[in-house]
Amino acid sequence: MKQFLIFIKKEFAHVLRDRKTLLILFGMPVVQILIFGFALTNEVKNARIAILDQANDPASHQLITQIEASKYFETEIAVMNPKQMEEAFKQGSIRLAVIFPANFNNELLHQNGVKIQVIADASDPNNATTLTSYVTSIIQDYLAAVNKTTSAPYRIVPEIRMLYNPQLKGAPSFVPGVMALVLMLVCVMMTAVSIVKEKETGTMEILLVSPFKPLLVITSKAVPYLILSLVNVASILLLSVFVLDVPVNGNVFLLFAESTLFIITCLTLGIFISVKTSSQQVAMLISLMGMLLPTILFSGFMFPIENMPVALQVFSNIIPAKWYYIIVKAIMIKGLGFSAIWKETLILSGITVFLLIISLKSFKIRLS
Amino acid sequence: MRTVRFLLQKEFRQIFRNRAILAMVIVMPVIQLLILPLAANYEVKNINIAVIDNDHSSYSQKLISKITSSGYFKLTGYNFSFKEAFRLIETDDADLILEIPHDFERNLVRENEQKLFIAVNAINGTKANLGGVYLTSIIKDYNGEVRLQLISPTKFNRAPAIDIASSNWFNPFLNYHVFMVPGILAILVTMIGGFLTALNIVKEKEVGTIEQINVTPIKKHHFILGKLIPFWVLGNVVFTLGLIVAWFIYGIIPAGNIFLLYSFVSVYLLAVLGFGLLISTFCDTQQQAMFIMFFFMMVFILMGGLFTSIDSMPDWAKEVTKFNPVSYLIEVMRMIILKGSGFKDITRQLGIIALFAVVLNSWAIFNYKKTS
Repeated sequence: MKQFLIFIKKEFAHVLRDRKTLLILFGMPVVQILIFGFALTNEVKNARIAILDQANDPASHQLITQIEASKYFETEIAVMNPKQMEEAFKQGSIRLAVIFPANFNNELLHQNGVKIQVIADASDPNNATTLTSYVTSIIQDYLAAVNKTTSAPYRIVPEIRMLYNPQLKGAPSFVPGVMALVLMLVCVMMTAVSIVKEKETGTMEILLVSPFKPLLVITSKAVPYLILSLVNVASILLLSVFVLDVPVNGNVFLLFAESTLFIITCLTLGIFISVKTSSQQVAMLISLMGMLLPTILFSGFMFPIENMPVALQVFSNIIPAKWYYIIVKAIMIKGLGFSAIWKETLILSGITVFLLIISLKSFKIRLS
Repeated sequence: MRTVRFLLQKEFRQIFRNRAILAMVIVMPVIQLLILPLAANYEVKNINIAVIDNDHSSYSQKLISKITSSGYFKLTGYNFSFKEAFRLIETDDADLILEIPHDFERNLVRENEQKLFIAVNAINGTKANLGGVYLTSIIKDYNGEVRLQLISPTKFNRAPAIDIASSNWFNPFLNYHVFMVPGILAILVTMIGGFLTALNIVKEKEVGTIEQINVTPIKKHHFILGKLIPFWVLGNVVFTLGLIVAWFIYGIIPAGNIFLLYSFVSVYLLAVLGFGLLISTFCDTQQQAMFIMFFFMMVFILMGGLFTSIDSMPDWAKEVTKFNPVSYLIEVMRMIILKGSGFKDITRQLGIIALFAVVLNSWAIFNYKKTS
C-alpha cells in the first residue's frame, strides 16, 4: 500500500510538472462552458433577410416595419431587384427574401387576396423552415390586425409551457453535454497517451520487471487523472451555477458519485487503447480523431438519437457519454433521484467492467 | 530547391513506412463521413407526444388523429393523468404533452374560444422548439377545418387575405445530409492537417532527431516546406476521398466549380498546416501538442457554424468566429457545393484564409529556433 502511494505521488509529480498541459486541462472546461453557455444556441435569430418591395405603398411599409421589428430578423437590404437577390443568396449575405407584389395595398384591401412570395436559402434546411414559419406568423399577425373588425370565430388557442427551461436557453442542455464531452476526451487521452509513452520510451519494461504488479502500475497512473477530472467536474458545476444560472436541482453527491463512475469508465477506455497500441501518435489519433466527432454526435446532446437510423441507435448504446449525459440531465436539470437512473448507472458499470476485463487480459502478455 | 527535394523524400518515406498511421489517416475520415451525417440529423420526425384527452368528443378524436397522421408525431402515451404524462417526460419517453380540457367541443362551439395546453420538454432545445411549432400549425389547420364546418357559407364575409407562397432554394427537398456532409468533411480535413503537422515536429523534438537537422545547413524555411508539402498532399487526398464519398453515398455533386473548391481548400490547408506547425514550435512533448490542438479544435468545431448557426450567436462570439479558419471553410464549402457560388462570391473568404496562411506560417518559421 505504501508503495502504491509512492507510485501515485510519482505520477502526480509527472502530471503537475507539465504546466502547459495543466493549463489546458483546467482552462478547457472553463472556456467550453462559456462558449456553450453564451455563444451557442439552437434558436434562430438575427437572420439577415432581404425585402423586395415592388409595391412601395402604405400597406407594404407597415408590414415591413413589423418584420424589421422582430428579433429574428435583421433586414440588411431593404430594397433589391431579383438579380441582386440571387447574388446575395449566393454570397450568403441573406438567408431569406420576402417579395411584395406591385399593388400590394390595393389588392389586399380591394381584391381580397394578395400573394407574398417567401424564398428561403434551404441549404440549411432547419433554418429555412424556422425562418419561413417566423415570417408566416408575422404576416398572419398583421393580417389579423387588418381584419380586427371581423375577428374570426371558433378560435382554438394553444398555450405552450416550456418545461425545465422556460426561456429556451442553450445552457441547460449544453452543460451536461460539455461535462460528458470534456471528461470523456480528457480522461481517455490522458491515460492512453501516458501509458503508451512509457512503452515507447521503454520505461514500461522497467516497471514491469519490478516486483510491482502490472495492475497497480496502471492504477497508479489513472489515479491522478481521476482526481484532476473531479476537480474539473467541480469547476464546471460552479460555473454552471454561478455564471450560467443553471442550478443543480438534484443531489450533488449523487452527481459526483455518478461522475466518478463515468470518469473511471473513461480511464478504463484509455487504458484499453494504450494496451492495444504501441505509439503515442496512434493512441492520440484513435482517442482524438476517432472519438471527438462520434462523442459529440452520439451522446445525444446535439442531435436526438431517436432520429438516427436504427443501426446507429444501437451503436450509440456503446458510447459511454450517452449514458452519462442522460444521468447528468436527470440529476442536474430534472432533479430526479437514483431511482430514475439506476438502469443507466448499471449499463455504465457494465461497460467499465467489460473494458477492464479485456484490458487486463490483453495486458498479461509480456511486452515484446 | 535540391534540399527541399531530399527533405521531401525523407518525409514521404517516413509517412509511408508507418502503414498503421497512414491507413488510419485515410480510412478513419472516410468511415466517419460515411456514418456521421446519418447521425447528425435534425429532421424533425418521431416527436414523442403524450395526449391527455379529457373531452372524449368527436372533435378531440379528430384533432388527435390529425396529429398522429401528420408524420411528425408518435403517440407514446394516451389518456394518462397529467402526472403520469409528466413521468413520461421525465424518462424522456415523451417530448410533448397535449392536454385537451373537459368540454373542449362544447366550449369551442358555444363560447367561440377554447384553450389547449401544451407542455414541452425544453431541455432538447431544437426538438422542443420545432415540435411546438409543428403542433401549433397542425392545431391552426385543424382550427380552419372546424371553422369551415361550423360557419355556413352565406355568413362568409370576404375579409382581406394574404397568400404566402414559400419556396426553398438550393435544397428544395430540405435534405439535411446535403447540409451536413460538406461541414463534416471540412472538420475532418482540418483535423487531419492540424493534428498530423502538430505532432510530427514535436515528435522529432521528443525523439531528438530535430537536433540532427538543426546542426545541418538546412534553412529554416526549407525545413518547414519539407514538413508542409507532404501533409498538404495528404490533406488533398483525404478531401478528394471525401468528395467521392459525398457523391457516391449521398449523391452530392458540387453545384459550383470544382477547381475553385480545390483552390480554396489548397490555400486553406496551408493555413491549417501553418497552425499545426506553430503549435509544435511552442510545445516540447506530443502530449502537450495534442492537448493544445484538441483545445483549439473543440473551439473551432463548436464555433464553426457546423452544428449551430453563426448568425444566431451574440456579437462577441461572432467576432471570435472571424479568427476561426474552420468557419470560413465550412461556409465556402457549403456555398460552392450547394449554391454554386462563384469566385466573386468567395473572394473575401479566400483573401482572409490566404492572410491566415501567410501569418501563421511566417510566425511558425520565426518561432522555430534552430538552437534550443
